[in-house]
Amino acid sequence: MNIELIIGILNIVLISTTPLVFAGIGELVTEKSGVLNLGLEGLMLVGAVTGFITLVLTGNYFYSLILSIISGVILSGIFAFLVLNLMTNQIATGLALTIFGIGLSAMLGKKFSGTPIEGLSPYYFIVISFLLVFSVGYFLSKTKSGLIVRAVGENHNSAYALGYNVIKTRYFTIIFGGVMSSLAGYYISICYAPMWQEGMTAGRGWIALALVVFATWKPWRLLVGAYIFGGVAIMQMNLQAFGVELPGQIFNMMPYIATLIVLVFISSNKVRLKLSAPSCLNIPYEKNS
Amino acid sequence: MKKQSLVLVVIAAIVVIAGIFFITNQNIQKDVSDDQKKIGFIYIGPPGDHGWTYMHDVGRQYLEKELGDSVSTTYIENVPENADAVRSIRKLAESGHDLIFTTSFNYMDQTLEVASEFPDVKFEHATGFKRADNVSTYSARFYEGRTVIGHIAGKMTETNTIGYIVSFPIPEVIRGINAFYLAASKVNPDVKIKIIWVYSWYDPGKEADAANTLINQGADIIVQHTDSYAPCQAAEKAGVLAFGQASNQEAFCPNAHMTAIEDIWGPYYAAKAQAVVDGTWSSEDTWQGFKEGMVEMSPYNEKLLSSDLIAEAKAIEEGIENGTIHSFEGPIYNQAGELVVKEGEVADDGMLASMMFYVQGIDGEVPQ
Repeated sequence: MNIELIIGILNIVLISTTPLVFAGIGELVTEKSGVLNLGLEGLMLVGAVTGFITLVLTGNYFYSLILSIISGVILSGIFAFLVLNLMTNQIATGLALTIFGIGLSAMLGKKFSGTPIEGLSPYYFIVISFLLVFSVGYFLSKTKSGLIVRAVGENHNSAYALGYNVIKTRYFTIIFGGVMSSLAGYYISICYAPMWQEGMTAGRGWIALALVVFATWKPWRLLVGAYIFGGVAIMQMNLQAFGVELPGQIFNMMPYIATLIVLVFISSNKVRLKLSAPSCLNIPYEKNS
Repeated sequence: MKKQSLVLVVIAAIVVIAGIFFITNQNIQKDVSDDQKKIGFIYIGPPGDHGWTYMHDVGRQYLEKELGDSVSTTYIENVPENADAVRSIRKLAESGHDLIFTTSFNYMDQTLEVASEFPDVKFEHATGFKRADNVSTYSARFYEGRTVIGHIAGKMTETNTIGYIVSFPIPEVIRGINAFYLAASKVNPDVKIKIIWVYSWYDPGKEADAANTLINQGADIIVQHTDSYAPCQAAEKAGVLAFGQASNQEAFCPNAHMTAIEDIWGPYYAAKAQAVVDGTWSSEDTWQGFKEGMVEMSPYNEKLLSSDLIAEAKAIEEGIENGTIHSFEGPIYNQAGELVVKEGEVADDGMLASMMFYVQGIDGEVPQ
């Protein structure tokens, strides 16, 4: 193996893993505050299509980025309103958000699919994704606001009793997660494969969700996990091209299998489970309870 | 306050849902007079995919233009290959359609199921092999186009390494790889093809990863048997060459796109619809290629290919058309070195339809 080949492989791994890092780190913060958002796939698709349409119409990368972010704020804001104020079931609402996002993005993008655009370099986003993981890690463990987010996720009643605004904190984390998903989608349609086609995220939102569990809600493990998932997929392709036959379907299942193993592992020990998973994950918060 | 906002949300939800229903049902609600024949289409993807479904929709529009007022057409897009397909096909059959085209391989059993319930409705299933009294099958000899691009690739490659991105190990795909390799190795015995299976017809990100991986391993030409134009875009970005898939994709990668194999369904659709209008429709199996015009090559890119090479490619097209050239001419050996097609013979349709082996010279094994 020569050095150029290895650098080339690393380059492809970096490019293909970045959307998982963005969507995963956003969902990690959301879940740390005790809210499970299963709508990542829908948020990513809407982020991808709004970014793409704006770029086609204005030709301006900055506007397209801003609109993509706004789409994430609006959609995750609706999700937050439903699960926080109306106390709907988080799982059902998240699934609804995914289905809604798939349909909405297809409808919006219909006229624009097949319009050629000039893609943006992926390297800005790759650098930002690393900075983001380290800032989130610092935020959650070293800052007061980060500790409030975690307190709200561990026990919302105690956090309320201590005087923290549970609803407001969760609004913040849900919208942060939504914006990160939109950025992941924007990256996919503008940098990774510069085009718009229906359903083009092809299940990456679900892999990002699995990744958060795989990482046992720790930012640096999320980064490692994302690069394991992405690296294995690319290594598999490289081996195929070198003529080594591998069962490709099994490699496609790998992220889910690995997550299942981690789930079995952490839930086999109650203490370990308690240390990792936010205790109030997926539990609705009623103010006067 | 809370109740008020709840009511607002419910009203908003109803408006949105009603809007979505209105939009999705628009395609199905068309008023027609009684003497018009109604032709329905079931699509696997959106007509805007610029690949497989796009070309079927071009065929549908051609049919409408050719037959004018004697027919009306409708289509349902994004129909998954499961029980939903039965529902969608039945919906068309129930609403008075006379002829229904189901345009993906895995609608096979669903088409037959609905066909048995509606003996008076005619069905046409693309790329399948199960027929009934009111179900025809049709497909195109895409592999003939692969012979042309194989010849071009064999002549154009400088690294003697060609990257080939494929979806699923089914006979149609394997046949394409073999036809491509036979043609490429004929003009360039040193040529090697590197194959990556992505196990998806459609995942632009993964297709781009596969293209970049192949380019990184030294491929200077990218060939694909998947549906998005991401591989061609990746080739354009890396400064290597590529071929388009299913439709002319030159707009997306003008400096990489040498030509593409196009699926031309329009004349077939028009002929079958005309047969229904005339009352002469019968169940049959159709497999057509260059000769009948069901497969065509996109315009050759004159910036990339020399006029000599373009002339050679056109000569191969002509040869296949008039029968002097066949994509699978003997002697052909399989990887174990056994003679599968004798000298002076060509592979018959039975062998082509069930082809699940690589020919000699291709590295690796067909995945099981």
